[in-house]
Amino acid sequence: MEPQTLSRGDTALTIAGRTFGSRLILGTGGAANHAQLAAAITASGTELVTVALRRVGPPSAHSEAPQPLTPGAADAAPPRRYPTGSILDVIEECGVGVLPNTAGCFTAEQAVRTARLAREAFGTDWIKLEVIGDEDTLLPDPVELLDAAETLVRDGFTVLPYTSDDPVLARRLEDAGCAAVMPLAAPIGTGLGVRNPHNLALICEHANVPVICDAGIGTASDAALAMELGCSAVLLATAVTRAADPVLMAAAMRDAVNAGRAARLAGRIPKRHLAKASSTFEGMADL
Amino acid sequence: MKIELNGEAREGITTVLDAIAAVTEARRGIAAAVNGEVVPRSEWDRALADGDAVEVLTATQGG
Repeated sequence: MEPQTLSRGDTALTIAGRTFGSRLILGTGGAANHAQLAAAITASGTELVTVALRRVGPPSAHSEAPQPLTPGAADAAPPRRYPTGSILDVIEECGVGVLPNTAGCFTAEQAVRTARLAREAFGTDWIKLEVIGDEDTLLPDPVELLDAAETLVRDGFTVLPYTSDDPVLARRLEDAGCAAVMPLAAPIGTGLGVRNPHNLALICEHANVPVICDAGIGTASDAALAMELGCSAVLLATAVTRAADPVLMAAAMRDAVNAGRAARLAGRIPKRHLAKASSTFEGMADL
Repeated sequence: MKIELNGEAREGITTVLDAIAAVTEARRGIAAAVNGEVVPRSEWDRALADGDAVEVLTATQGG
């Protein structure tokens, strides 16, 4: 894969000592098929993608059509066996790293167990820690999240927690030893964009670990705004995988993250109440 | 001996490896848990006990 060109004066994103040329992390949830997912990963320029851990079972409606393991196996009924690992093949083909998540966990205990299983399955101690507190909003449960983060850090994991946009909780997660903090822009899958830019900016201002805006991004300008506010990276899935043209949106997100980062480094002008002419009045003709 | 494998009652499965083999040919990207506790790859030959709940998990698309 082509390394992403860093903006002038920029440094690579470093999380727990590992450097990334791209400041975009792509979630794989919601992709229509693996071919499209691979094309979107490549177009996005990402170097890290997330996966979930689930029971080996019939492929979901969004996966490739199942292939019988041996000729006639489909007719042979029980015991049922399913092909697996194909999402890992896609990730490997794309040459990107894998970041397992604990999506769907509602307690610290569940999340910790899922993280330990993910470490065993994928051979990585990196974990996107998600502990959900509410089915309708999928907002994080702060108490369970912090509890799980402390346990996993003690267990030697590199913990990247999906958190609410609460600056105090972000600090507590950092103090617990998390390698990054990942505040939401808006609830998962809503595409509402950055709902509380002030909180996101506060988190970025005070954090000593990378701040990765995770969830709620709808379109390119949302990703650019998150970067302009000071985020080190953006993690998004649905905005790309469920876009009408996921591959084009993946490229748009790549550009938006780069543009937002460059604008942040460049330093925006202060906002003014009244106009300030950019053309001088000096030398105006007497007309 | 009866066990539960990914939420389904099963018989004739005596080790963790048997349980894995019963649902998939894959070994890469697979993790197994017995009664909620992860079983390291090096211990997949571990014998199961009657009533054990076995989970065999793998990667899927996720955000």
